[in-house]
Amino acid sequence: MKKKFKFRFSRKALAYPYMLFLLLFVVVPLVIILINAFLGDDGGLTLANFAEFFSDAGGGLTVLGNSLIIGAVTTLICLVIGYPCAYLLAKYHASSKVFVLLFILPMWVNFLIRTLSTKAIFMAIGVKLGMGTVLFGMVYNYLPYMILPLHTTLVSIDHSYIEAAEDLGADKLTVLRKTIIPLSMPGIVSGITMTFIPAISTFAISEILSSSKIFLFGDAINMHFSKTTNSFGVGSVMSLVMLVLVIVANVITSLTSKDEEVSSVL
Amino acid sequence: MKRKNLIARIFADGYLGLVLALLYLPIFLIIIFSFSGNSYFSFKNGFSFDSYAALFDPDKNAGLLSALKFTAILALSASVISTVFGAFATIGIFALGRRVKKVTLTVNQLPMINSEIVMAVSLMVFFAVFSFIFPQGMTRLIISHVAFCTPYVVLSILPRLQKMDPNMYEAALDLGSNPFSAMIKVVFPYIMPGIVSGFAMAFTLSLDDFVITQFNKGDTGIETLSTYIYEDARVKSLEPFWFAVFSIFFVVMFTLLLLVNIKRNGAKEDKR
Repeated sequence: MKKKFKFRFSRKALAYPYMLFLLLFVVVPLVIILINAFLGDDGGLTLANFAEFFSDAGGGLTVLGNSLIIGAVTTLICLVIGYPCAYLLAKYHASSKVFVLLFILPMWVNFLIRTLSTKAIFMAIGVKLGMGTVLFGMVYNYLPYMILPLHTTLVSIDHSYIEAAEDLGADKLTVLRKTIIPLSMPGIVSGITMTFIPAISTFAISEILSSSKIFLFGDAINMHFSKTTNSFGVGSVMSLVMLVLVIVANVITSLTSKDEEVSSVL
Repeated sequence: MKRKNLIARIFADGYLGLVLALLYLPIFLIIIFSFSGNSYFSFKNGFSFDSYAALFDPDKNAGLLSALKFTAILALSASVISTVFGAFATIGIFALGRRVKKVTLTVNQLPMINSEIVMAVSLMVFFAVFSFIFPQGMTRLIISHVAFCTPYVVLSILPRLQKMDPNMYEAALDLGSNPFSAMIKVVFPYIMPGIVSGFAMAFTLSLDDFVITQFNKGDTGIETLSTYIYEDARVKSLEPFWFAVFSIFFVVMFTLLLLVNIKRNGAKEDKR
């Protein structure tokens, strides 16, 4: 008995270095950002950074608004293209892992390589870089992130629910609307989160595919933390806003999905 | 009825094929036109290996080779460290009390759910504040990569540990093994698949990272493949040289991923 106690103690101790590591390199940096947001140029406490951002003095709020719109449109297009994909894959190719894999593979090729490739093609065929090309690039990049969680939930739906609905006289559209879509809700929400959050905070994609004409929230944060501008305070406020969006999105995700593993399939 | 099913099937596969074509078209175009020797997507000068020949031009490949070197060093060290660190941490976390465990796992989730750019700038500011402890360059990069890779390692090992029968460990102790050797000989072999997939994930994540590296590389001249591509190809338009690099990258990446996954699926089927 004594031995067991001693062992339990020592096993727990294995977690302590990592807990310290997380505290130091994940929690403390975020706290520093929080403090930074309240610091003025002179180092004193101030709300000026918040005032500057929320009064839209530097155009930050407008950029956030634009990013939310572009992010929402990207997510919607991904959902509209991705849901049928995930559904058909689950229906006809549930046994073929390689086919599913083909949809996920592009995710593992560096996004800069893919984005620069699309840019080169757009320029070669004479498409003007702008909103259209940025949206294409975003959808192209984030579609796999939408398909993956959708597919995971869709293949796990017990087929007897669908059969039961059919037996009870539901036609195909009703089965889809009342059985399949509600049952795949956790996948939909997690797919939306996995697309929307990176889409609003991306930098580089919009910069490359619009030749810096379209400026998104990620680009704005990047700019505030760059050496030339050096306005860390406002940048910190923007990072906090982003963090709040992330937390809200994830609370929604965890509320809809009882299965906490959905986000960890990656 | 049967015929209707067939038509539905054809439509389904047609749609899936269309989406796949969209996903792969840019990649294929780059590969095809890497043999044109120019970056205008035309074969007006015929077939040529010039893009590939440029790979051997020391003026052009110096930056690329150095970036490849740093990428490999960083990805290897970050993934090895986070795998070892994560494996021990997971065993520890598993033994924690419910409350502390929940808090730890929630914080562990943060780097995974957080927007990359927020994590990147927070680490950048953190390192700037404590710059007297953390020198610019590789130290900062390895720490930040370990910080975003280890959570994935932990989450890939934890489910294996939860599935493990605690009696196995107890049995080892009853049979006279001490806790340490019981861990090495019983627990580790059991969670090995989780460790391996955690390592693979950490390696690919580190290899693929751009945002966190971009913010934390400092001005010591370290560039990884991602940041080098960003700095070089963004300003100029895509040179033929890059067509060759990207093509090689695509082919290597896809072959590796397909092989790994087919092998993994094969192993799963054998077990059945």
